[in-house]
Amino acid sequence: MISLSYYLVFSAALFCIGLYGVLARKNAVAVLMGIELMLNAVIVNVLAFWRFRTPELIAGQAFAVMVFAVAAAEVAVGLALFISIYRRRHTVAADEIDLLKW
Amino acid sequence: MTTESIIWLLPLPPIVAFFLIVLFTNRSKALSHTIAVGAAFLSWLGSMVVFVRAFQVEHLGANPYTSVINWFPTGDTFFQIGVWVDPLAAVTLFFVAWTVLMIFIYSVGYHNFGQPKGEADHAGLQPHGATVTDEHGHKHRVPSIEPMYSRFFAFIALFAFGMYTLVVSDNLLTLFVGWEIMGLCSYLLIGFWYAKPSARAAAIKAFLTTRVGDVFMLLGLAYLYKTTGSLSYEVIFAEETLHTLVVSASPILGFSAAALIGVLIFIGTMGKSAQWPLHVWLPDAMEGPTPVSAMIHAATMVSAGVYLVIRFFPILSAGAEHGALTIPMMLMSFIGAFTALFAATIALAQNDIKRVLAYSTISQLGYMIAALGIGAYVAAAFHLVTHAFFKALLFLGSGSVIHGMEHGVLHTGEAIDPQDMFNMGGLRKKMPLTFWTFLIGGFALSGFPLVTAGFWSKDEILADAFGHGHLVVFITLALAALLTAFYTMRQISLTFLGGARSDSAGHAQETKWTMTLPLVVLAFFAVTAGWAGIPEHFPALGGLLPNWFHEFVGSTLAEFPKGVAFSWVPLLTSLVVALGGLYLGWMIYHKLPAGAEDPLKKPLGPVYAALKNKYYFDELYDFLFVRPALWASETFTYLWMDRGAIDGILHTVARVIFSLGSIFRNWIDKPIVNGFADVVGESVKRFGKTFRFVQTGRVQQYMVMALVIAFGTLFYYLYFLSQP
Repeated sequence: MISLSYYLVFSAALFCIGLYGVLARKNAVAVLMGIELMLNAVIVNVLAFWRFRTPELIAGQAFAVMVFAVAAAEVAVGLALFISIYRRRHTVAADEIDLLKW
Repeated sequence: MTTESIIWLLPLPPIVAFFLIVLFTNRSKALSHTIAVGAAFLSWLGSMVVFVRAFQVEHLGANPYTSVINWFPTGDTFFQIGVWVDPLAAVTLFFVAWTVLMIFIYSVGYHNFGQPKGEADHAGLQPHGATVTDEHGHKHRVPSIEPMYSRFFAFIALFAFGMYTLVVSDNLLTLFVGWEIMGLCSYLLIGFWYAKPSARAAAIKAFLTTRVGDVFMLLGLAYLYKTTGSLSYEVIFAEETLHTLVVSASPILGFSAAALIGVLIFIGTMGKSAQWPLHVWLPDAMEGPTPVSAMIHAATMVSAGVYLVIRFFPILSAGAEHGALTIPMMLMSFIGAFTALFAATIALAQNDIKRVLAYSTISQLGYMIAALGIGAYVAAAFHLVTHAFFKALLFLGSGSVIHGMEHGVLHTGEAIDPQDMFNMGGLRKKMPLTFWTFLIGGFALSGFPLVTAGFWSKDEILADAFGHGHLVVFITLALAALLTAFYTMRQISLTFLGGARSDSAGHAQETKWTMTLPLVVLAFFAVTAGWAGIPEHFPALGGLLPNWFHEFVGSTLAEFPKGVAFSWVPLLTSLVVALGGLYLGWMIYHKLPAGAEDPLKKPLGPVYAALKNKYYFDELYDFLFVRPALWASETFTYLWMDRGAIDGILHTVARVIFSLGSIFRNWIDKPIVNGFADVVGESVKRFGKTFRFVQTGRVQQYMVMALVIAFGTLFYYLYFLSQP
């Protein structure tokens, strides 16, 4: 039987990979993918705790489903924004999208 | 209507006319003069009714027509005003009404009603004449209508209102109101042609000089009110009030309250009736239009002064016993007699036809004052009435002469003064009606025996002076009468007799009926007014007509004045001085050739120059009062007080405040208040400047920062808060 700590380590690793992607990738689409990874890490975390601690309740699953929905919506909005930015500036490089500064 | 209501209404028409003209009809000349003359006529009608009714009342002096109303509350009681017509007021109303009406009618002609508008005329100057073309194409210069015609009628209507108010008042306060209204009107009318500098100066002079008298008079009234608690005739002329006034002492040593009040009131009269030393304004008042001269010098203003002292006689004479004179009476007899002689001498050397009359007015008013001073109450009132008629006649006559001369001047285009008698001569053929009426007026003024009014009134004054034993006054007045006859005949001779001394005089023309009709009416009274007061004991004529003037007016006083016994000395004196003066004047002047100088000039020498310059009184007053006043205003008040002291203080205060302000600014406002605000602003700015570099616009950097802070926070909580 795989213990809870394996799941948590896996989840943390996944989160760190996602975080790295968000912070280090230049392409905005890749940043978005990093965010998706972080969200998935969170879902794994939630489900692991649910399965090992309170399997009799349904709240863990419900949260997971809600996070999926939010992630899907976020991707939709994020991609739409990138398309719009690309139309105006012909780039999706994150460090070039810096109009909102001092 | 009851007589009292008519008396209340007497002053009303002129004041209504004044407001109507000023507010509504001043654009229409015809309407304006119709209203003014109509108002004068209504007042005249009312006055005649009152006079006739008053005449029929027995003992009017003891029971005068009177009616009072409450005016304003003074403490628990009311100040009452009302009307009061006793015999004195009745005869005054009689001559005032007649002369005022005549002057109003005369003004219509004098101001050239019906003549065309002058091309060069404008408001504030005398009309210059207009050019008209007749049917043959000839051009003529004719007199032009006065530009401020309506305004003139408004002013004289107000003037008439002042006089009527003064005469019918039953108390000294409303009398004073009328008195001051006349003062204002005389100012407005003397300065009627206000674009002339001389007219402006004369107006100011008249106003200020009479004001000197008025201030003293007001003091007298205030003192009287304080002492007796009332200003109404009924109270102040009552026996017990007079007694109180005589026995109570005044603040000034040797004066009883009555004497002090009398002297103060008399100073008011001196200003109004132009007695020496306040006489200087009256000759200058000739700057006004001639009807104004008649108005001021005959009918109203100067008469008002004499009317006041006659009215005040009970107080002036209070305390006189056994023929002894009180202090005010002594003052009056001195000032009056002196003025009578003094003004008569000046009149000898004047060449302006109106100025001669002005000085003769001063002289005749001196007569009345002197008469009152020696206690000749009735004689003074009598002379006031006759003088009003013949002096109004003379002034209007002189206006007619000037008008005729102006016609000649316009016709010939000569540059001469139409008022200078040495440019006239021979006018009796050109202006017969004016000549005959002027002759009557002149003879009345000189006291031509038996037929003229002036003789009877003047004779009565002389008889009283002689009869009461005031020889100095008698001689002075007799001498003045001689001079009066002389300069009157000089005036008549120079103006009307002999040949024309200028082309203009040769082309003079008789004036219109509106001007000659008043002359005829007044000439009638200049003769007949005297018949009302022929003394009973006069040889031959005495007793033919009852001496009702003495009976009627004398009854005004509580103690009926006794007529003096007849004496030949004053009668012969007045005959000699009148006829002698007239003869001398005729002899010297009736054949004076053109261009000749005054025959008096050589024999009199420097005296003539002094007379000509009115004894240098104008120069003296200029030196004594005008220049110090100017110095005080320009140098003392303006330069020293205003610029130096007051402005200096203000500037110092300003400078102190200014430096105080700059101290506050430099030591408090700038460093502390500004500094604080600046520090706050600057530090916020610097903070922003420093930290704005955080705001790079790169999302990933923000994320890094968020991560760092999250870790920091996490570390903090885990490290510190997890400690047991």
